[in-house]
Order: sequence, then structure tokens, then C-alpha cells
Amino acid sequence: MSQRYIMIFTRFERFWHWSQMLLIMILLFTGFGIHGFHQLLDFQSAVELHTLCAISLLVLWIFAIFWHLTTGTWRHYVPTTDGLWKVAQFYAFGIFKGERHPYHKAYWRKHNPLQAISYLALKLFLFPVIWISGILYLLYPLWATTSAEQLVWVAIIHTAVAFAILLFVIIHIYLLSTGHSFKEHVMPMINGFDKVELSSEEEAYLEKDEPGNIR
Amino acid sequence: MFQHSFILRLGHTSRLMVFLFICFITVTTCPPSMAETYEHPSDVDMNFRQNIVVEKPTVRVDSNSTADHSKFEELKQPFSSGPEVTKTCLKCHTEAGHQFMKNIHWTWNYKNEKTGQLLGKKHLVNNFCTNARGNEGMCAQCHAGYGWKDETFDFTNQDNIDCIVCHDRSGTYYKTPPTEGNATCSIMFEGKQPIQWSEVAQSVGLPVRENCGGCHFYGGGGDGVKHGDLDSSLIHPDKKLDVHMDEAGLNFSCNSCHVSDKHIWEGSRYDVVAKDTKGTGKPGQRRDVATCESCHGLQPHPNDSLSNIKLNNHIDRIACQTCHIPTIARGGVATMTDWDWRTAGKTKNGEGYKEKEYTQGDGEHRATYKSIKGDFKYAENLVPHYGWFNGQMIYTTIDTKFDPSKGVVDINSYVGSATDGKSRIWPFKQMHTVMPYDKGNNTLVYMHLWGEDENAYWGNYDFGNAIKAGMEKNNLPYSGEYDFVDTYSYWPITHMVAPKEDALTCNECHVKDGRMTDLKGFYMPGRDSNYWLDLLGIIAIITTLLAVIAHGLIRVVMNRKRD
Repeated sequence: MSQRYIMIFTRFERFWHWSQMLLIMILLFTGFGIHGFHQLLDFQSAVELHTLCAISLLVLWIFAIFWHLTTGTWRHYVPTTDGLWKVAQFYAFGIFKGERHPYHKAYWRKHNPLQAISYLALKLFLFPVIWISGILYLLYPLWATTSAEQLVWVAIIHTAVAFAILLFVIIHIYLLSTGHSFKEHVMPMINGFDKVELSSEEEAYLEKDEPGNIR
Repeated sequence: MFQHSFILRLGHTSRLMVFLFICFITVTTCPPSMAETYEHPSDVDMNFRQNIVVEKPTVRVDSNSTADHSKFEELKQPFSSGPEVTKTCLKCHTEAGHQFMKNIHWTWNYKNEKTGQLLGKKHLVNNFCTNARGNEGMCAQCHAGYGWKDETFDFTNQDNIDCIVCHDRSGTYYKTPPTEGNATCSIMFEGKQPIQWSEVAQSVGLPVRENCGGCHFYGGGGDGVKHGDLDSSLIHPDKKLDVHMDEAGLNFSCNSCHVSDKHIWEGSRYDVVAKDTKGTGKPGQRRDVATCESCHGLQPHPNDSLSNIKLNNHIDRIACQTCHIPTIARGGVATMTDWDWRTAGKTKNGEGYKEKEYTQGDGEHRATYKSIKGDFKYAENLVPHYGWFNGQMIYTTIDTKFDPSKGVVDINSYVGSATDGKSRIWPFKQMHTVMPYDKGNNTLVYMHLWGEDENAYWGNYDFGNAIKAGMEKNNLPYSGEYDFVDTYSYWPITHMVAPKEDALTCNECHVKDGRMTDLKGFYMPGRDSNYWLDLLGIIAIITTLLAVIAHGLIRVVMNRKRD
């Protein structure tokens, strides 16, 4: 058992993450503008940008889903209760006492149980709800007979999920600061390499067959 | 006075000599009292159609006539009256008389089949001069016929049809009220040049804007008073004012849109097509409607951008007019927004008078008070009133009972809602008037305004007598007691279509306090939100931020302690 820097976020995954980040930021900004929280963009530009980003994000998601399924990366998100409580306890108490993070990244398990379950919820619940409600919102003249109750519900659901995604963003960014340094936490998503506990077999395999993916 | 204005309107140096000559004749031949009336300037508040004698008649671009009426021998005779001309017209246009007799411009009578209400000028009460009925001696100057003074007028005699008022292309034809009225008013019609019947008859052609505008621009008693989207600025409009009627561009005449078939034309506000679902129709098919969609189709914006697709998604709920007529009364002519009859009847030295405190965009001064009518307010570049409209109007007619304690009485109210699937948001001009009503019976009243007798309000300034006479003349019950009531009327807006770059932007409506603030029953992004969801959302965001900050602070403090 040894800790080595290995490639855990491949090029596509990093591209997916950062372009998704950018799109979600623009969507939140334009979306809350359309909602009437600010007038920094005129309504027409806000709607155009919002729709354009939403369509781009949908396309990106289609690629990402395909990528997850074909590369087997989806396994990282399989929820587990094993160690979940420990991680929760760490963020609630241990972190203040200077304890070490109870989870150590593994080659086939790059997220801690709390992360995995959060990301899974995001992907299986929040994202589908926001894009289904968004598509219904965008195309409501095709299915709704009036812009009364039917549209109200779509709008309420879409806005509620937008709030939830903003909450996720806030917590997600904050948690970047909980490691040794903010930079250390962000770097893996930039260069792809993170410190991971490897079994000797994994280490040997990587060094022999994927020397570019291990440092 | 009208010789004066007439010549000024012809106004070229070449006419100066004529002008001076007429002045000379006038001053030397008229008695002093009459010469005095000539000092009155032309009055846009009292047009009575004389001023439609236009300086520069408009030219129709879409005429495809195969006849030149100035070459017709039949028309080269010295006519001495209108009916003589009409008889001659009908010799060739054999069916025109019978056809026109079915037209509302002749009948002044309209039965709404959906509501059963009897409408038309013959019956309606409006909140301007209130009623044409009983005042035909004045009001029937806008009847397309000759000599409707009272109930003896023969609606079956086709020689009484005034062909020329719509078909004159010389720009010199005019109509005066069928009767002189009280001495106070009769001075208004003195000194007109006699109509050159033969010349006028030879000029005939398809109607142009000033023909229709001769009445429709002056509804309510003066230029632009009634509609707000119809006034004399549309005789020679530029593109900014009306993209279709633009004289240098498309140069539409009224019946380019108000298409006609056998002298019946489309686009009456008594029966509005508020939502056209047929569009341009089948290829080559002619559609007898005056809707925007009948030319522009059901997807009027090119589907080449997200915004345009979104705009096309609006047309089932938003009338074209709502975005494309950003404001009304844009051409320098004001429209009246408020009329208070209560103050009418004040005199100076026993004479009626007027005050002209409002100066409109084109420089004309508008009456803000008239003894015969009361106080007025005007507006220009007016943002319309908006409402869900399915095309149906319900009128408060002379026999409608209302409860004045329940607030403002709607002279006409538009029907529609966000959820009936038939309505769209339409712009209206809202007119507010405080006007007399029958206090005992809680109905509107017909007033006897015009006449040579002692009961005519215009001249004698007595509401009690004028109402009593107006009601008696029509065998209507009158309690003998009148009071004043607040009223609104709503005029659908559909003219003065601006160029597309001047159309409303999304922000005009999709904001908290935009143009649609008062409209209820539907959800509009940017304007509407769920209060509780927003509250909950904001609380959640703030709580999370605070929790994160607290979490971070505790970490920092604890770390320091450990160090």
C-alpha cells in the first residue's frame, strides 16, 4: 500500500466539469435575472443566453452520460453507507479537532461516500428535474393550453430546483477549502492527478502499462 | 372664417392673390358682425369636416381601375346637388345603391348576434358627446347620406346616398351638419365655398385615407379625440407613425386592410376578430378579414432565431398590436383622455367661451374647456391600457340599468380572460368621462344637444331641459332628476403600427412593474413569482451561507487554538 499521484480525472471529465461549471453559473445568473431578482441583463438577452446554455448543457450531459456508461466511471457514484457516517462526523466534529479525513481515495473509488451520494442525488434527481422542467418551460406553447396554472407549476419546480442547485454550488465550493489548501483541492480537476492509495498490484500495473497516468 | 382657413390650407404663393381678393370682398361686403367671425382661427377642436379639405390629396398606389371618370360625358354636367350626382353614379353602378344600403355607414344600426345588443350610432351612448340619436341635425354630417335631419329621413331612397364623401379624390368636397343648430353653433358653417359638384364628380376613385379619415379621424368632436390611433396625422404619415400607411413607403389606404365586398367592409370594432387562427388562408384564397394575420400569417416573425421563435410563440396570447403599437397619438395630434361634463355651461357675459390651454405636438392649441362640453384632458404618446379580449364588447346601452354606487360605469367593457383560449392581450384607449345620467332610473340618458329650439343644450346650457327633451323625443322614461356618473370606455387599438425596431422589447412587460402589471390570471416570467418559494429559497441560501461561514470560522479558531 502506498500513496501515489495518479490520473483520476481524465481530460474529458475535466472538460465536462469545467464547462458544466461555467454553464451552470451562467444559467443561475441569467435564470435568476429572468426570475426578476436582478436586471443586469435585459430580458431578451437573458432568455437567449439561458436557453443557449441550457441546450449546450443538455448536449454535454448526453456526452457525459455516454462517457460514464462506456468507461464504467459510473461505478464511482454507486452509493454506499460504508464509511458515510464517519465522513459526516468528520465534517461535523472531527474537522474542528484537526483530525485526518477518514476517507482515503482508492483507484476505483475517487469520491468519499458523502460525496458519492451527493453527486448521485444531483445527477439522478436535481439535474433531471431541472432539465425536464426547463424543457417543459421552453416548449410550453406546444403542450399547455393557457399560461395559467400549468405554467405556474413548471415555473415553481424549475425555480425551486435552481435554488437547490445554488445551495449545492455554495457547499461544493466551500468544501474545497477543507483540505490542506484550496489549491490542493482544485488542482486534481485541473491537471487530473490526485493522491490515491494504491495496492501494490495497482501500482505495478499502472507503472508498467499506464506510466503516463502515475507520478 | 372658413374661407380664411381654406385658403391657408391651399397655402401656396400662387393662391395669395385669390386670398387677398376674397379678404377684400369679405371685408367690403359682409356686415361688421360677420366680419368679426372671420377673425377666429381654424379650430382643430371643431372640425366638422370642413378642414378635411386637404392641402395635398394623397395618391393611391394600388388602384387598378380601367376607367377615368373625368372622361365620362355623364359627369360633365352642371350638377347642383348631391342626390343628382348619386343618380348619375347609379346609372352605371347599378347595384351599388342597394349594396351600400346594407352598410353600417348607411344604417347606423348593428345588431350583435352573439349578445343580442342593438348597437350602432343610431342607438349607442358614448362618453364623448354622448348620443348621436336625436342630434342627427349635427351628427349626421358623418352619415354617408344627404339630409338626415330627423326621423323623417328616407333610408330606402338610394338617391340619398352620398357616394362622393368616400370617393371624392379632388380633396375639395366637404359636408356640413344637416341643420344649422343654435345660433351659438351656426356661425361655424358660414362662409364655405360652394361645392363644385361637377369637378368633384369627375374626380372620383377608390377611397383614400382622407376620405375615411374625414369622419374617423375626427370622432368624438375633434381631431384624434376619440380613438388615439386615428387622427389627421395619418393623412400624410411617415414610417415612424405607421409602417403601412407611410406615404413614402407602402402608402396603404384604409381599405388595403379593411377589405370590402359589395360595399361591405371588414374590421368593425363591434365584432372584433381578436384572435385570427386562419392566417393567410389557402394559396390564392381571399380572406375577408382586417386582421394582421390575414397578410402576415400565423408565424409572422421569421423562425431564424431563438427570440423570433419565442415571439411566434406569443401570438396565441398577445395581439400583434400590443407590441407593435408601443404608444398611441404619436403623430403630433393629441387624443382626449378625460372629459368632465359637470363644468359645462359656464358663460362670460352671457356667452359661451373656450379655453385652449393644451398645445399638442404639431403646435395646435386644444380646448381644455368649452362651455358647451365641459373640461378636457389630453395625452400624446400615450401608453395604452391592456386587457384580455376575445373580440366581444358588452355595451351599457340606453336601457341598461346600473348601480352608480358601485363605482365607474363601463360604457363598453371588453370580454376575455387568460384561460378561455380565445382571448389575447389587446391594447385599448381608455376614456374617462363624468357624464349625466338619470338619477331616478339609474340609466344613461340621451341629451338634446343640437337644435334651434330652447331645449338644445348647445346654446341654452340647461342639462335638465336637454335630457328631458332628449328622452321624450325617443319615448324613453326619464325620472326628471339627473346627476353625474364616472364612466370608462375602451377603444381597441389597431392603427399607428410602428416599424419593427420600435416594437416593444421584452422588458416592457417581463418585469415586476411593467405594462402588464394589472393583468391577472396567468404566469409571466419576470413579472410573477411564487412569494413563498422565493422566501424559502432566499432563506435557504442565506442560511447555507451563514452555516458555511460559521463552519469555516470554527475551523480557523480551533486550528489557532491547537497551534
